[in-house]
Amino acid sequence: MNSLAGSQPDPYFDDLYRDLILDHYRLPRNNRVLDAPDADLTQFNPVCGDEIRLTARIRNGAIEEIAFVGQGCSISQSSASMMTEAMRGRSIEDAHALAHNFRAMILGEDVDEMAMGDLMSLQGTSRYPTRVKCAVLAWDTLQKALGGASGREDVGSSDPDSAG
Amino acid sequence: MPDHPSQLDVESIRGDFPILSRVINGNPIVYLDSTATSQKPKQVIDTLADFYRTSNANVHRGIYTLSEESTAAYEGAREKTASFINAASSSEIVFTRNTTESLNLLAYAWGRANLNEGDEVLVTLMEHHSNIVPWHMICAERGAVLRFIPVTDEGFLDLTDIDTLITERTKGVSFTHISNVLGTVNPVRELVDKAHAAGAIAIVDGAQGAPHVAVDMRDMDADFYVFSSHKMLGPTGVGVLYGKRALLDEMPPFLGGGEMIMEVREDGFTWKDPPWKFEAGTPNFADVVAFGAAIDYLTELGMDRVRQHEIEITDYALRQMRSLGEGVTLHGPPNPEDRGGVVSFAIESIHPHDIAQTLDWEGVQIRAGHHCAQPLMRRLNVPATARASFYVYNTNEDVDRLIDALKKAGELFGR
Repeated sequence: MNSLAGSQPDPYFDDLYRDLILDHYRLPRNNRVLDAPDADLTQFNPVCGDEIRLTARIRNGAIEEIAFVGQGCSISQSSASMMTEAMRGRSIEDAHALAHNFRAMILGEDVDEMAMGDLMSLQGTSRYPTRVKCAVLAWDTLQKALGGASGREDVGSSDPDSAG
Repeated sequence: MPDHPSQLDVESIRGDFPILSRVINGNPIVYLDSTATSQKPKQVIDTLADFYRTSNANVHRGIYTLSEESTAAYEGAREKTASFINAASSSEIVFTRNTTESLNLLAYAWGRANLNEGDEVLVTLMEHHSNIVPWHMICAERGAVLRFIPVTDEGFLDLTDIDTLITERTKGVSFTHISNVLGTVNPVRELVDKAHAAGAIAIVDGAQGAPHVAVDMRDMDADFYVFSSHKMLGPTGVGVLYGKRALLDEMPPFLGGGEMIMEVREDGFTWKDPPWKFEAGTPNFADVVAFGAAIDYLTELGMDRVRQHEIEITDYALRQMRSLGEGVTLHGPPNPEDRGGVVSFAIESIHPHDIAQTLDWEGVQIRAGHHCAQPLMRRLNVPATARASFYVYNTNEDVDRLIDALKKAGELFGR
């Protein structure tokens, strides 16, 4: 690293790989498989092999506990990690709404920054079309998993690309 | 080049490739994905444009000047292709859409006529999906069994049990000349001979072979050898299926339609001799003509010098990457003489997609993913790899830019 020692990180880099993303990538939160989950779903991104297994316990129409394991790039894994933090305690309806807003943000739409909180750190992904699938993989998985666990129609997942 | 007449004049070669003057994200481009597709010299681009400007007409049809010119150019490219790989005759060169289509043609035309219940087809664990999936499909249809030659930890074919893998049940052995992931140059002649000794045919996937090393069909003795124009400086949309004439004669047609027929009646049809028997419909003649210009270009460079250049640059790249330290894993044979100009690697704690992304910011274009070789990825126990590959226009300076960009990625993810 001698030739580059002391060089400043390029702002271009910071746009996608924010510190918060790298922190979640290195130290993923809720990184385990839950016992006796009400929802348990594994999804892949067939293009790049990213993989997320999500487990969740649902009580009284709300996400009581949620965790993930997986492998893949920093964007897919940090997104999953941040999602588990953001989802705990939310009603299923509310979870779908947040997933909807997250997807909108990743597709470059304006969103309520206060409501998104830490998730805003992933907004830079919207400038990298090839990475959109990485960012939304965990969220697609959650919405599909909740659709099953809540015993009703999947109300939030309308992205035709989310299959598979 | 004047200093070392045995070496490629890479500076002058680079001048022939307009795309190499591009700037990507503020940096001059370093193109390191020729294994996926090569760039094109102006000689090829101009030939394609000139053909459309001056000679375009459907081939094998009209009794008029343009069509005769077009046909002569198309068949001329076939002659060039035959001579480039030292085929016995240009009738052994069938033009397809790409290597994948050539392999599918074989799986269906040869497979349907020759595979039966309990027969076996043998491939290897280092194959591209295009040399696995068509065989899965035809084996399922015919009740045949697909088997795999394993791969060693070093990235060579493991031929320890080859004599139990190739048996009298084996009808075909289909394997890659050079791995698109590991770079491994396989012992083609040895496997061809083993296949023949068991009464099986030998099919060689030359997608990474013909563009990078001199190949001689009469010396190799493979029954079929398949490759693509776009990986050897030519246009996309042209594949080659070389086949021994006797086998092309025996094999039934694949696609039916115009161009491949001799006579069509209400109660049936007859077909032309090879190679036209396998070229139904209007062929991609304009791109084939430009492919001829790519062959001329490579012939002028000399395939032995192309090979020597790739060994040297791969040697340099392997050394430089090893110097990055313990966090770097290099896949494939350690000796550059045993491999093509392909380096697949992993960096601890940086996923291949993140590597490719950060390198892109430096203008360095590499591939990250499973490289259409999922069985091999599982064998290597990795979800994906990053891959840099080299061709005639790459320099040691390109390798230096790669290394600098990797250091920068290491800094970002290590911070």
